[in-house]
Amino acid sequence: MDYRLSHLQQLESEAIYIIRETAAQFERPVLMFSGGKDSITLAWLARKAFSPGKLPFPLLHVDTGHNFDETIVFRDKFIEDIGAKLIVASVQESIDKGRAVEEKGPNPSRNSLQSITLLDAIEEYKFDGALGGARRDEEKARAKERFFSHRDEFGQWEPKNQRPELWDLFNGFKNVGEHFRIFPLSNWTELDIWMYLQQEKVPLPPLYFAHKRKVVNRDGVFLADTPFISLGSNETFEEKMVRFRTIGDATCTGAVLSEANSIPLIIDEIASTRTTERGGRADDKRSDSAMEDRKKQGYF
Amino acid sequence: MDLLRFSTAGSVDDGKSTLIGRLLYDTKSIFQDTLESIERTSNQRGDDYLDLALVTDGLKAEREQGITIDVAYRYFATPKRKFILADTPGHIQYTRNMVTGASTVNLAIILIDARNGVIEQTRRHTFIANLLQIKHLVVCVNKMDLVNYSEEAYQEVVEQYKAFTSKLQIPDIRYIPISALKGDNVVNKSEHMDWYQGPTLLYNLENVQIADDHNHVDSRFPVQYVIRPQSEEHRDYRGYAGRVAGGVFKPGDEVMVMPSGLTSRIKAIDTFDGPVKEAFSPMSVTILLEDEIDISRGDMIVKESNQGNVGQDIEMMVCWMNDKPLQERGKYKLRHTSRDARCVIKDVEYKVDINTLHRVQDDKKIGLNDIGRIKVRTAVPLIHDSYNRNRNTGSVILIDEFTNETVAAGMIL
Repeated sequence: MDYRLSHLQQLESEAIYIIRETAAQFERPVLMFSGGKDSITLAWLARKAFSPGKLPFPLLHVDTGHNFDETIVFRDKFIEDIGAKLIVASVQESIDKGRAVEEKGPNPSRNSLQSITLLDAIEEYKFDGALGGARRDEEKARAKERFFSHRDEFGQWEPKNQRPELWDLFNGFKNVGEHFRIFPLSNWTELDIWMYLQQEKVPLPPLYFAHKRKVVNRDGVFLADTPFISLGSNETFEEKMVRFRTIGDATCTGAVLSEANSIPLIIDEIASTRTTERGGRADDKRSDSAMEDRKKQGYF
Repeated sequence: MDLLRFSTAGSVDDGKSTLIGRLLYDTKSIFQDTLESIERTSNQRGDDYLDLALVTDGLKAEREQGITIDVAYRYFATPKRKFILADTPGHIQYTRNMVTGASTVNLAIILIDARNGVIEQTRRHTFIANLLQIKHLVVCVNKMDLVNYSEEAYQEVVEQYKAFTSKLQIPDIRYIPISALKGDNVVNKSEHMDWYQGPTLLYNLENVQIADDHNHVDSRFPVQYVIRPQSEEHRDYRGYAGRVAGGVFKPGDEVMVMPSGLTSRIKAIDTFDGPVKEAFSPMSVTILLEDEIDISRGDMIVKESNQGNVGQDIEMMVCWMNDKPLQERGKYKLRHTSRDARCVIKDVEYKVDINTLHRVQDDKKIGLNDIGRIKVRTAVPLIHDSYNRNRNTGSVILIDEFTNETVAAGMIL
């Protein structure tokens, strides 16, 4: 008998195991859902983990208000299809309440403000385990992230004092006020995600596929024409054939020039591409340890 | 395409980071923007070559001190396999990180500097690989360029290593002369060592047989979560969700639920994509039984003819992972498969000097990074196997009752 699983089957089985472990070990788990391909994959796996039952936890969208319209339309339909419950936590509300202060300048990003809104939501709903779609191959600070990542009562990540994680034994014990972030897709790469989405025929927002869009080239990053972007004196919008490799806050998520309008073409493109996925993320270009610093403060 | 998990252990001096950089660079797994950032840093520091070791840079403190502190995971793929690399530090004060990295891998790379031969660190890494029951070792004799690619120098190191490992039980050890810096025998075959006819490191990683590393003999299914939809459509559905920890399960199998000892038969094995004809490790599935019996998280489904060991007095090797040393007679939380139990440390039998591999009987204080053999008594029985037989049902972690930190990794004897 040949007892072998393909690498996608192994990754799927591992992720389902961790999602079930989260439901078993935490009183109030939640799945952080951004509408991007990683959290779509995560929600898809969660649905598989508890089938034929429903998801035993809600989805939480931390809404920056700087969305592409397509993301929200897609989000609502997808969540209805998988039969999940959605909670929206709004960055705009955090700003209105004075909990967060908007950045200044031509390119104000609400990306780092998400941490405040997220931590407030975790406190308000008393979530003690938040599932996220982060992957270790995305960024160097994430390469050292645990599956079960402990956060202190301030929501902070302490990279030098992480709990050792051995075998498949996950320690979700915690004291009052502390919580965990859980990352079932830790071992997946961008390519694995696409191959899996293809295999599973998961619906995706149209932004991921090549389309014509007005963009401005800002320091090598193509930013889309949205109400949240103001042009500098030497800048103009031009129409290009583009797609997005990641979907985040519209002010800092860059598009790439691409003709790939189907998953197989995207897989070909990624397999031959020479820049990292977050190369188009203006938020990471701010400094060498931008992600590590944001993570310590409670970012995803 | 299948998946190989492997580890490296070592410090910057061994050329570990250079080896990883070389592996990623020559398999074209480094992206252009990462490469540019490495070039920028190399230039800033005044290096006159591209420092591939910078590929493995991680946390701020590590960049500043030029060391690896924590386990970093890296990913690359060739058309044959996907690889997950646990990159661990090699220094004695990071033994716990080495153990952590080694706990999930199929294969370990042991890196030896051809000029120095087998040293303390080599013995330590090998001991840990043996303790964690890694079945495949690839010994890379590195820096061959610095010994003029001499076959004699290589053979001497190999003989030293063979003498050292003759007392251990590692089923598969391979040896390769390499230069990570120059790229000899890492991904591409060396042009400097005609005397070596064997395969490159990458060839080994791509072709090592790992299908039999999982236990497919002793059927073990720890129940992780009970699925009861309680919907109109699935009124009577009661599924036991979990990941097969050993052996094979099929519909129709007579099974026993431990520790209650109640028996039933498997009605179906469910997944979202439909029922399956058999389930084996490490598949995540949902098992349905013919009879309604009381089963919850922490129980284990086994075969009546092969029930595993059931007991409360457990002997194990532990690696201590916390600044606070082991408390003799101390109580800890223990996690084993999906089961939690409290336990008390009954006895420390000995501590291992991991440099000489000697048993230390007169100093039984087990502190951070120490490895020793202990006896514990658990509050409830554990359904277990020896770690040698099954990693999944033979491993435990100990957790501090107050801080909730994971303080030890245990391998049941």
